[in-house]
Amino acid sequence: MITVENLHKEFGPKKAVNGISFSVKKGEILGFLGPNGAGKSTTMRMITGFIPPTSGRVTVGGHDIAENPIPAKKLIGYLPESAPCYSDMTVHGFLSFAAEVRGLHGTVREDAIRRVVGQCFLEAVLHQSVDTLSKGYRHRTCLAQSIIHDPEVLILDEPTDGLDPNQKHEIRQLLKRFGKDKAIIFSTHILEEVDAVCDRAIIIDRGRVVASGTPTELRGGHARLDEFFRSVTVSDTARRAD
Amino acid sequence: MTSESLRNIWTIAKRELVGYFNSPVAYVFIVIFLLLNGFFTFMLGGFFERGEANLNAFFTWHPWLYLFLVPAAGMRLWAEERRVGTLELLLTMPIAAWEAIVGKFLACWAFLALALALTFPVATTVCYLGDPDIGGIIAGYVGSLLLAGAYLAVTVMTSALTRNQVISFILSVVICFFLILAGWEPVTNLLVRWAPDWFVNVVASFSVMPHFAGFQRGVLDLRDLLFFVSAMVFCLFSTSVILRGLRGA
Ligand SMILES: Nc1ncnc2c1ncn2[C@@H]1O[C@H](COP(=O)(O)OP(=O)(O)OP(=O)(O)O)[C@@H](O)[C@H]1O
Ligand SMILES: [Mg+2]
Repeated sequence: MITVENLHKEFGPKKAVNGISFSVKKGEILGFLGPNGAGKSTTMRMITGFIPPTSGRVTVGGHDIAENPIPAKKLIGYLPESAPCYSDMTVHGFLSFAAEVRGLHGTVREDAIRRVVGQCFLEAVLHQSVDTLSKGYRHRTCLAQSIIHDPEVLILDEPTDGLDPNQKHEIRQLLKRFGKDKAIIFSTHILEEVDAVCDRAIIIDRGRVVASGTPTELRGGHARLDEFFRSVTVSDTARRAD
Repeated sequence: MTSESLRNIWTIAKRELVGYFNSPVAYVFIVIFLLLNGFFTFMLGGFFERGEANLNAFFTWHPWLYLFLVPAAGMRLWAEERRVGTLELLLTMPIAAWEAIVGKFLACWAFLALALALTFPVATTVCYLGDPDIGGIIAGYVGSLLLAGAYLAVTVMTSALTRNQVISFILSVVICFFLILAGWEPVTNLLVRWAPDWFVNVVASFSVMPHFAGFQRGVLDLRDLLFFVSAMVFCLFSTSVILRGLRGA
């Protein structure tokens, strides 16, 4: 469903992404790991067509995101890192807008809204204005927006960030269920999440893939995933020294 | 242009309008718009003292009134999307950037049209007191709406340049001010003293004033119409270039 070939992104002299390639099939959940500033969000922004790559190619469902963006974007649901929502609307208004942009109207739209409101536990705030929501609810509202058209491809940038433990658990269950028939990429800093949800994970550091495999493969000889994570990524403290 | 494009433009415009009326800003804006219009027309314009059965005292002020009101209405259009980060949502949805630009522009223009339409008591007063040229009044309204559209297109462009609404407002006022001054009679009279006629004419041709004046005289001239439409198209096209540049950076 998703193929990424030799992706590069430079911001001026800074190389944010430096030759990343991978692919994700339908029915697969790929975890994106890496220290802050590794290039996870930048890679996701290129996959979703928000920023064009300096070089390299992304296809989604066989459509090149640069040459044929609209059909590719129709297949994607995207949760950006900051979970932005239009604050001058109610949750229901915002979700209606997201549904209409995806071509859902009338009763189909209302059914879709009811479905995602249930999946993301938004019943209590449905008619509340977005700008008065707590952080976790805002995050879930933006997540709901990303799944409103039941997309084949889901790109989620830190989907469990800012959620309480119960909600983290619920969202993980949701991802696992979605993982059966969708292609999912999600980034996270919570390593247990990778164990719990992913079929496969890749670890990115300074714009490069430094490790990839199933959670068990990655752990290898290490007792815990975070030991492995530390062994393959350069910590900020170490970087400052060199 | 396909029907899908039209549907997308409508969806974007509708969201924008719903957003306006969910916040008090829309109502405050309309009240201020009407108050200022009344003040300029009746106090400064001497509407009744003129004893004329037309709306010149009303329309004459619009280039100056819009100079501040239109940038105030439009400054948030893209700046706010950039600041809050919803730009990332909008541009990863399956719509073309130009559809989003046109949709947002049309929503704000429709909002300005609504504010302008609410000045109808001025027109009915003239009809009641005298026997005005209805065609002239309609031409005046059309010209005023086109003027607002041209200013708004400038504001849309400056709004895409920055994530700061205040900067977007100031830039827009400055550009619109130039669009007035370049062809405002007191300025052109000054210019002809030291510049050749052709130069003054070229500068003035960039101005909204001569084109707006045509409508005020009650003349619907295709060239004036073309001027406003091409100004809007130019600014909206520039907006798409700016947005593309942003994402490439
Ligand atoms: N618009 C931009 N202009 C300049 N540099 C940028 C821009 N966006 C990202 N960067 C840089 O690119 C690098 C990668 O950033 P990115 O946001 O992709 O990291 P990340 O892996 O998502 O980190 P985090 O875990 O903190 O979310 C960072 O060094 C960042 O400063
Ligand atoms: Mg990130």
